[in-house]
Amino acid sequence: MFLREFWHKLGSPKWFYQISTGWMIGFAVAALVLLVVGMVWGLAFAPADYQQGNSFRIIYVHVPTAMVAQSVYISMGVAGIVLFVWRMKLADVAIAACLPVGMMLTALALFSGGVWGRPTWGTWWEWDGRTVSTLVLLFLYIGIYALREAIPDITLRGRASALVAIVGTINIPIIKYSVDWWHTLHQPGSFSLTEKPTMPVEMWAPLLVMVLGMYCFAGYIILARMRIEILLREQRTQWVRGLVA
Amino acid sequence: MQFESMIEFVAMGGHGLYVWLAYGTTCAVLIGSVLSVRIAAKKQMQQLRLVAFHQTRCKREP
Repeated sequence: MFLREFWHKLGSPKWFYQISTGWMIGFAVAALVLLVVGMVWGLAFAPADYQQGNSFRIIYVHVPTAMVAQSVYISMGVAGIVLFVWRMKLADVAIAACLPVGMMLTALALFSGGVWGRPTWGTWWEWDGRTVSTLVLLFLYIGIYALREAIPDITLRGRASALVAIVGTINIPIIKYSVDWWHTLHQPGSFSLTEKPTMPVEMWAPLLVMVLGMYCFAGYIILARMRIEILLREQRTQWVRGLVA
Repeated sequence: MQFESMIEFVAMGGHGLYVWLAYGTTCAVLIGSVLSVRIAAKKQMQQLRLVAFHQTRCKREP
């Protein structure tokens, strides 16, 4: 009952704009606190790895960016389905807002991965299952972005980008299981929902803080971008005019 | 604290370059994205104000 009401309200950009103000501020504050605490903890207080030494600390920026980059893509796929099935305008706004955030996080994950790989594997880049599938993720983000730039018609642009976003989600399980399918260089996943972490608590606790912080950060930026896009699309309506009156 | 001194902390057991490069780039890009989204929001509001201003003027002086 409550969910159905929420669903109907999502159809109204005005309602979303008003309700998301608080969410955005909450995400921003939580992200700031969690990321600062997580970084200081990971850099100075977490123990060094017995094999990798201090280069292991790169995990605290690498894993959160990589995890959230994939989650943002999944959200984009879900928004794509919503746009396709229910023609909800807000879903198109969400896709547009997710794109730059996902692109940035994927690029950061690839970069910190390379910087971590240099002292650990002895190379900046390796054609390993995990790295290649993550590179594909970056190209998916860039591709959808370019596609949207190329189509002027708003309805067609939304549907085309939604379709590619939905089809592209096939890459997400490939990234996830790449470390199990091809035993090349990349180490296995750090976190699993079903198994206990292989790291001691002093190592994974700051990682958990960083992952949560990165989710809040992405939530903040995506909401802020969605709100800008809503104002742009609704600038001729009474309620947007009322905002600056 | 895992480090005895500030010098040791910066050196990161010989891996300082890699650790600080990864953290520095990540922080710089995250902060940059916050700044860019805030600037975009401000510009959007200015644009709306401009549109509203012109509309009221047009109404007064037909």
